[in-house]
Amino acid sequence: MATPVMEKTAAKDSAPSPYITVTFRIRRFNPEVSDEAQWQDFQIEIDPKERVLDGLHKIKWDVDGSLTFRRSCAHGICGSDAMRINGKNRLACKTLIKDINPEKPITVEAIKGLTVLKDLVVDMDPFFQAYRDVMPFLVTTGNEPTRERLQSAEDRERFDDTTKCILCAACTSSCPVFWNDGQYFGPAAIVNAHRFIFDSRDEAGEQRLEILNDKDGVWRCRTTFNCTDACPRGIEVTKAIQEVKRALITRRF
Amino acid sequence: MSTETTSAAVGPVEGVTLYDAGNPAPLIEPPRKRTGKTPRSTRGNFEMAAWLFMRLSGVVLVVLVLGHLLLQLVLDGGVSKIGFAFVAGRWASPFWQVWDLLMLWLAMLHGANGLRTVVNDYAERPNTRLWLKGLLYTATVFTILLGTLVIFTFDPNIR
Repeated sequence: MATPVMEKTAAKDSAPSPYITVTFRIRRFNPEVSDEAQWQDFQIEIDPKERVLDGLHKIKWDVDGSLTFRRSCAHGICGSDAMRINGKNRLACKTLIKDINPEKPITVEAIKGLTVLKDLVVDMDPFFQAYRDVMPFLVTTGNEPTRERLQSAEDRERFDDTTKCILCAACTSSCPVFWNDGQYFGPAAIVNAHRFIFDSRDEAGEQRLEILNDKDGVWRCRTTFNCTDACPRGIEVTKAIQEVKRALITRRF
Repeated sequence: MSTETTSAAVGPVEGVTLYDAGNPAPLIEPPRKRTGKTPRSTRGNFEMAAWLFMRLSGVVLVVLVLGHLLLQLVLDGGVSKIGFAFVAGRWASPFWQVWDLLMLWLAMLHGANGLRTVVNDYAERPNTRLWLKGLLYTATVFTILLGTLVIFTFDPNIR
């Protein structure tokens, strides 16, 4: 009589393998070798229910250790692994292989509009500079209360959508206005300004609106909706930008 | 498990490599970097006014231009009626003078402002931007002034 373990292996052998062969076409750049970026193909065996990030891991761990990319939590919270997959900005850790047609090569490249440092790693400093410029912190006057700053559910609901931002830069690096000269604040900075402008506890709304009333502020938005399409958290980015525009004109927020 | 293509951007290649760890390829200067040339503040209400003007003039232009097209091309015999006499007859009334003047100014400023944003978005070098905008503003001012002059000094007894 066979042991349970043997039975299990026998059953596993008869089941069809879930693995399929997928081609990853990755945009590689290494400033220590060449000043030009090139596409490189990798063919790996992968379960289509796995994610693009798992494929990148397989390549880095088993095939080519020089492949460079950012990832931290690998579960769509930290916002480190935003990249351009099949021409669209997505998080590699939230994109399943089966959802992006694995029969064709899957193109993976760094997000656009920011300086590529190596392979899929870009210099995020300009992005965070714009973020810092809108003062993304609570500003109040007067004495500090001895307990929490209370807020009604309706007041909280007003800016609920924009609290979901994880600063992955998928929106900003999908914006054609940002691609041009990179001086535009970008959707992510405006979303985070929106989060405080419409917070009833915050008192620096006017100041933030003044910052965004810049030559490269909200008025450069062309409402192309690329940011809304790119956001992995489903934030209605363009709507938030339009609300900031309206607040600037009516001075009511 | 993998088929790799040897590429110049990835691994060592034959011959001399221009770049190595001590001498990496130059990177593009990051955008939004604070340099000596960066202006202290570029805030102001001009962009807001321009944005608002585009919306408001757009709404007015829909009425003015559609009315204009209807009058010129559809009603009362269509396009064949247009001639010197027709225009002269229309401009005898101050109402049509104001209509045409408003349409001229709004359409020119609306179009010029739209092209200004296109130049801002697409011109890559500051010099290109300067020249394109210079050309745009010159053409706009010339057309507006010429059109205004004609509407105000139009004399039907030209001969």
